[in-house]
Amino acid sequence: MTLAFTSGFIIMSIELLGGRVLAPYFGSSIYVWGSIITVFMIALSFGYLIGGRLSLLAPRLSKYGLFFVAAAITAVPTILFGDALMDWVFLRFEDPRYGSLLAAMLLFFVPTAILGMIAPYSVRLLVEETHHSGRVAGGLYFISTLGSALGTLLTSFYFVLLFEINEILVTMAIALVCCFLIALIVDREVEAKV
Amino acid sequence: MTSQHMKLFFAIILLLVSTGSYSDTVVHREKSLYRNIVVTEKAGKRCLVFSVKRQQRNQTCVDTNDPKHIVFAYVRMIFAGLLVNPQPTRGLMIGMGGGTISSVLTSIYPNLTMDLVEVDPAVVKVATDYFGFRNTHQIDVHVTDGRVFARRALRRNEQYDLIILDAFTGEYIPEHLMTVEFLDNIKSLLTPGGIVIANTFTGSSLYHHESATYAAVFGPLFNLKMPGTGNRVIVASTLDLPDSETLMANAMMLKPDFERYKIDLRKYVPNMNRDPDWKTDKRVLTDQYAPANLLRNR
Repeated sequence: MTLAFTSGFIIMSIELLGGRVLAPYFGSSIYVWGSIITVFMIALSFGYLIGGRLSLLAPRLSKYGLFFVAAAITAVPTILFGDALMDWVFLRFEDPRYGSLLAAMLLFFVPTAILGMIAPYSVRLLVEETHHSGRVAGGLYFISTLGSALGTLLTSFYFVLLFEINEILVTMAIALVCCFLIALIVDREVEAKV
Repeated sequence: MTSQHMKLFFAIILLLVSTGSYSDTVVHREKSLYRNIVVTEKAGKRCLVFSVKRQQRNQTCVDTNDPKHIVFAYVRMIFAGLLVNPQPTRGLMIGMGGGTISSVLTSIYPNLTMDLVEVDPAVVKVATDYFGFRNTHQIDVHVTDGRVFARRALRRNEQYDLIILDAFTGEYIPEHLMTVEFLDNIKSLLTPGGIVIANTFTGSSLYHHESATYAAVFGPLFNLKMPGTGNRVIVASTLDLPDSETLMANAMMLKPDFERYKIDLRKYVPNMNRDPDWKTDKRVLTDQYAPANLLRNR
């Protein structure tokens, strides 16, 4: 549950910072936000689909943790090479609408899709009996969307005032790695009990 | 229609009429992608207003009886920036408002050509329809984001000897137009001796951050404030700033040109201040750290 909250928090925090990351190259017009939201929605939808499929293959908590570490790893190029990449796109696409769409795709699609896999996989891990599945899913949506709300609020109200964008992104990546470690430790404990 | 409905109907009409009478006559109303644009008229003054319920800010005004009369103090202050480079030939202006500034400049300088960059197509339309803006052979209007234009202009190796930054609506600040990286881009677009004139904010903690950002990129600045206005205009050059004698000599030279607009640039010379009156230890704004809108409320 805590992990689902964190993933919700981080998804929206990165989405908000995405606007900031793209602005120096593509402006801050409405289509830049359109690009970002489109990319996040597509990424999440594919993440849900793939996460659901993966939950069929011997699901366990340690594998679940891998989503977090994978999201953190795929976010690293975004932080390190974001500018070079946007420069590349900027030179090739005259129209800032398609430029921002492509840049958002290259920068944010993979980590966001991986974060999207967490939700359906969480449902699988937490559901013990079929007739509880609706309640479990409801509870998970509740907690992860609440995380998203808080991620949006804290990032836009406070984080941008206190930190640089990359500082926030690096912290998010570290938080994801921590989530992975938590999943690993809890997995060991459960294993030991059994 | 029942009597109940009738009552409601008249109540709404009454409400509309009464709220209308508060403000000036609305000549035109337009919703754009970015804001509500209203053109109002009162006592021979036609104004472009970016409407916000709480506080309406006039973006630009023209005197309908006397189009040569420059209504706004800050516009006159922007012209004072010419004292640093009195003979511009190639200009770039980001943020067009009613188009007054570029119209005046191209009429004073027949050899001046200008790129005018405005993100909002509705502003260009309203400037043309209601503020007599004319797209002459001297003016090229580009509907695009200022940052995107500047980046492309640099790629094309464009050079300007006059750049005017006036992209701030008063309600929302485009944060990516107020960072070290953007101003570096602007500086690279300037010829040796080229100048940048920026209309900026005062009266919040942003003043200190913004000043520090300009100083970080351009070094010494002219900081122009006039009594009775809340505006501050920054003038910076790629070369050393001229002394007051040179400024005064330039004001004399430009006097005949500006006389028809009833502007005497000499009165601005004593207010072109070189000494920082801002807190110089404030954090510089960058693409990584640009919470301009939040700083404005502090």
